[in-house]
Amino acid sequence: MRIKSNFFRGIINGMPICLGYLSVSFAFGILSVRLGLSCIQAVIISITNLTSAGQAAGVDIIAAGGTLIEMALVQLIINLRYSLMALSLSQNLDKSFTFPHRLIAAYGITDEIFAVCSTNKEPIKPSYMYGLIFISALGWIGGTFIGAAAGEMLPRSITSALGIVLYAMFIAIILPPSAKHFNILIVVIFSAALSVVCKFLLPSLSSGFSIILCALISSIFGAIIFPKKEEIEK
Amino acid sequence: MSICIYIVVMAGVTYMLRMLPFAFFRKKIKSAFIKSFLYYMPYAVLSAMTIPAIFFSTGNMITATAGTITALILAYFNFPLIVVAISASIIAFIFDLIL
Repeated sequence: MRIKSNFFRGIINGMPICLGYLSVSFAFGILSVRLGLSCIQAVIISITNLTSAGQAAGVDIIAAGGTLIEMALVQLIINLRYSLMALSLSQNLDKSFTFPHRLIAAYGITDEIFAVCSTNKEPIKPSYMYGLIFISALGWIGGTFIGAAAGEMLPRSITSALGIVLYAMFIAIILPPSAKHFNILIVVIFSAALSVVCKFLLPSLSSGFSIILCALISSIFGAIIFPKKEEIEK
Repeated sequence: MSICIYIVVMAGVTYMLRMLPFAFFRKKIKSAFIKSFLYYMPYAVLSAMTIPAIFFSTGNMITATAGTITALILAYFNFPLIVVAISASIIAFIFDLIL
């Protein structure tokens, strides 16, 4: 009974994530099809990856015919933050969170699920996290399918306008902390400037490696200029 | 078939990044440098991914710029992700109709 109610609580708390994912993954579905992937391939990517930025960069690399090493490195760099979140979550897990549960629930560590989990005061139970993951993944996978399947039927003006959705979401993620913390702002501007330089002065550099390069250099720059002494906040 | 291999690599790396620390790591990171580096990483990644790519995201620089400005303003005022994302798209769409 308790397991059921925890699962249900997870589903309720995950509703907003589901809705958010639905619209963003809709755009991902459209993007994938536009880059030449099939609907099934787009859906499989969403089922197996459950991540926005990594998938967007991933289909870019597939479309550009990048190397597998480039793909692995880009995913490593872009999704490295999940390791941090996983690390942070692992400190506050319920005793019932045994090794097999950890293997399964690790699948669903995303920015938003992490954010919801880390607002929990009491230790996290597997069933609660499964509820969160279930409803969120449903939105993510469903949205991808609808976008990939129906995207081609929509008029071009709508699909091209939807091309900006993911990037606008990225702005919504990075701008509020940048406005609040000067050090983050500087790192963000530094990275953006580097990215512009790469794009126009080094056109032969693929977009994947450009992201790796910019992110590495500006994070190291940030760590040197503004080292953080206190615990990492979420 | 090669797309399958790409997907396997993508999914494999992404899952490992989540699973390894979640299932195995018990200690806390001590190095201030690594902590800082990991702290800045997501912002640096998203920034590099967004700029300048966002200006080419709609296939028209003017509609993309209108959408970008919308996103910047709404994000500055802490609107939820979904509101920022959809509003930027709607403004880009409206500009596309006008032009």
